[in-house]
Parts: sequence; C-alpha cells; structure tokens
Amino acid sequence: MSMLVPFGPQHPVLPEPLQLRLELDDEKVVSAIPVVGYVHRGLEKLAEQKDFIQDTYLIERVCGICSFQHSMAYSMGVEEIMNIEVPERANYLRVIWAELHRMHSHLLALGLLADAFGFENLFYTIWKVREEIMDAMEATTGARVMLGACCIGGVRKDINAEQAKFVLEKLANFEKDFKRPAEVILGDYSVKERLCGVGIIDGKKAYELGTVGPALRGSGVAKDHRMTGYAAYGKLGFEPVVENDCDCYARTKVRVRELYQSCELVKAALAALPEGELKTPFKGNPLGEAAVRVEQPRGEVLYYLRGNGTDKLDRLRIRTPTFANIAPLLNMLVGCGLPDVAVIILSIDPCISCTER
Amino acid sequence: MMTVNEVLTLENQQEKIGALLLHGYRFVTMTVVDKGEEFDIIYHFDLDYDMVNYQLVLKKGDVLPSISDICFAAVIVENEIQDLFGITVSNLAIDYEKHFLLAPDAPAEPFCRVPGVGVTAVKTTAAAAENGGDK
Repeated sequence: MSMLVPFGPQHPVLPEPLQLRLELDDEKVVSAIPVVGYVHRGLEKLAEQKDFIQDTYLIERVCGICSFQHSMAYSMGVEEIMNIEVPERANYLRVIWAELHRMHSHLLALGLLADAFGFENLFYTIWKVREEIMDAMEATTGARVMLGACCIGGVRKDINAEQAKFVLEKLANFEKDFKRPAEVILGDYSVKERLCGVGIIDGKKAYELGTVGPALRGSGVAKDHRMTGYAAYGKLGFEPVVENDCDCYARTKVRVRELYQSCELVKAALAALPEGELKTPFKGNPLGEAAVRVEQPRGEVLYYLRGNGTDKLDRLRIRTPTFANIAPLLNMLVGCGLPDVAVIILSIDPCISCTER
Repeated sequence: MMTVNEVLTLENQQEKIGALLLHGYRFVTMTVVDKGEEFDIIYHFDLDYDMVNYQLVLKKGDVLPSISDICFAAVIVENEIQDLFGITVSNLAIDYEKHFLLAPDAPAEPFCRVPGVGVTAVKTTAAAAENGGDK
C-alpha cells in the first residue's frame, strides 16, 4: 500500500522552498508531484511596468547566483530587436564575468550537494575555494554577485591590467585549492556510493523532457548554447563537457570538469581582450520581438521580449533552466529510495529563485 | 528578430506539434502575450540550436488544448499559464486547477492586462529615447 509523504518546502538540504509530494511504496518513490509558488515574485509583470533600461537592473535580481547571465541575456534580447552591435571588448568582458559566475555557481552547487550527502568538511572546503572567485568578481566590479556590469549595448565596467593580474592570481589559487576537493568528489568511495547509479535519466528521455544544462550533458547529450558562439565564445574554441553515465555522479562530474573549462575560458578571454569601446550608444525604443538564449550554470535560459515602440515592453518572458528541469526531475525520482531524494534534487542544482521569478 | 514559423489553429495544433516532435525537435517553452481581446500563444522548439516558433491566437474565454499528452515537458508551463493568465487548458497530464503557483486567496489572472493599467495605458516618457543607453 502506497502513502503520500511531503518532502519540503522546509527541508535541511533545500536552500529554497520547494515541495515534492512523494508517493511511496515502502521506501521506494512511485511518483512525485512538485509544489511551487511559495516565493513567486511576478517579476515578468513588474518588468512591463518599468522602462526597458530600468529592466536591466530588475532582471539582474531574478537570481542571486547567475545574475550576470540574466542581465546579459536580457541585454542581448534588446540588442537584437534594436540592431545594436556590441563592441568586441564588451563581448570578451561579458564572457569573463559570465564564466566567473558559472564557477561560483558550480562551486556553490557542489558544496550544497556535499552537505546533502552528509560530507560537511567537503562542503566547507568547496565554499572556501568559492571565495577566490567571489574575490575576483568583487575586484573587477565592486560587487560579489549583483555585478551591475552588463548594460544594453555592452558593459558598464572594465578590467584594467592590474585587475586582470589579480583575477589570474585568483584563478591560480582556485586550480591549486580545488585539486584536493575535486579528487574527493570524483574519487572518494563514500561519495560514489551516494551518487553512482542514482537518479538515472537516459539521454533520449532527458532530451524529450526538455532537460537543459549539466543535467542534459550528464546524460550524454552534447548540447550547450555557448556552441552558438554568442558574445565571444565563438572565438575561444569552446566544446561542451559531456558525461555518459546518466546519474547523479555524471551530472556532478560535468560540473567539476566545467569548472576547469570556465577557468581556461576566463584566462583565454583575458589574454585575447581587445582594446576598444565598452558600449555602443543607442537611441529609441524597442519595436518587435526577440527570443534569445544564453547558457547559464544550470543550463539554457530563454528570454522572450516584445517591444511596442514605447519605453515599456509589452511582454518579457523568462524560461529559466530549473523550470525546464522540473519535468525531468520527476522522471529521475521514480524508483529511487527515499534517502536518495535529496541528493537527486540537488544533482539538478535547483534554483527556486529563478523558477519563481 | 524572432520569426514565427507557422500559425496554428485549435484544430491542427496537436498534429503540427506532434510532427515537430517526430522530427526530433525539443520543447523549449511556451510564451503567452495578452493582446487585450485575445492571447498570442507561442510554442518554442529547438533542433540543433535553431529555434522554431509556432503561434496560436486564442480568443479570451476559449479553451486551450494541452500538448502535455504528446509532450510531457509542457505540463509545468501549461499550469503556469492557467494560473497567471486564467486560460483554461484542457486534458493536462497533471492539472493543478489554477493553483500551481497561486495560493487559494491570491488574485486571479495576475498577468492579464487590466484595462487602464499596464503598458498601453502608461504614457511614454522620453527618458529612454533621450538616454544613450545607460542611466
């Protein structure tokens, strides 16, 4: 006989409120129904009431982790509608801050995952390494998360030679300090016991269910929107990281490998940073519609914008990666044991703030 | 600029979207735009990084057939649309009955355009036009 167990919305491993109504047969999950809406803010509606330049600041607050990539995707949408060409230097700077954001987000996710399976020392160690990346962002923009660096037409802030040197030092520290925790995450017996063969979703199913990001690439599907070459990615020799085991371990491994990849992308972008303007001035208001996608740490985000020629948008729609990963999560949970539920949830790196924009 | 690849009707919606899925397209999301008397429902799909957009114009009060039976990925966004725009979506694989995001005492249809409020009613300021892009 099955029973219904509420998992969340307040749970020690969930950093944000999310409930899963689990139908259990003994300790085995038969089905899961998500319950969200605890912190929905209606930001899409609010964006219609601000002007499209104020929206740049509002959009950055959709998420407290991948905020820069939100403002970047939004700016790219307006730039597409208004046919604004972003200066080369701004495109490289966007890549640098976007990849630093990916690094701090992945480190945050790995730390939370370690905490979820009870490895607190690993959690603390990974978050200590994360501080190196936060320092790099603070030194270049004056802020740790809400960088305020992206604007329509380019960027507001620059990185000078001294700041670039500081970022490189921080990246060197990351490479040195992350070596040991990475070895533990990927090689420790107890970690593998908690992650290997848990929360399996095969590539075909993951694709059909609209999965994005490391959750998709961990199931062997080489799909990463950076491959389209937006900003300066097309000039930096980018290839997606893919793992084929389709489980929590594979998704974790993708994030660990992407951390090193992001580190190399930042170094390459700093080395190739061209001289030039930071932004292109523009006049007028957006008229028309655009749908723009950017690869955030959790996967592809979609921004749909419809402008009517006034300074207010008719519609701003944001499809965040966690929103896309809810349906696949329900599939991953079926058949797992109750103790694995928390680990599987954290393996998709859920962001409820993004989901409840 | 975004291109609408095909305009759907309520009659051929399932058939056309089913054909896309058979060709290997991945569901990205749906977007609803309130135009006053009717809604634009836009279905976004992706294949090899190319996005295809199908649009359906739905009169206010009409029922939107769910595609969650052929594309389960759509079930979450279809429930969101029910909540935020008050559109009734029929045959949902999981139906939260307009309380997916909204609490029982929350305002109904909060994303719908209220006459006299919102974009079209707000007088355009010259702020954005005069500005060089940044404030």
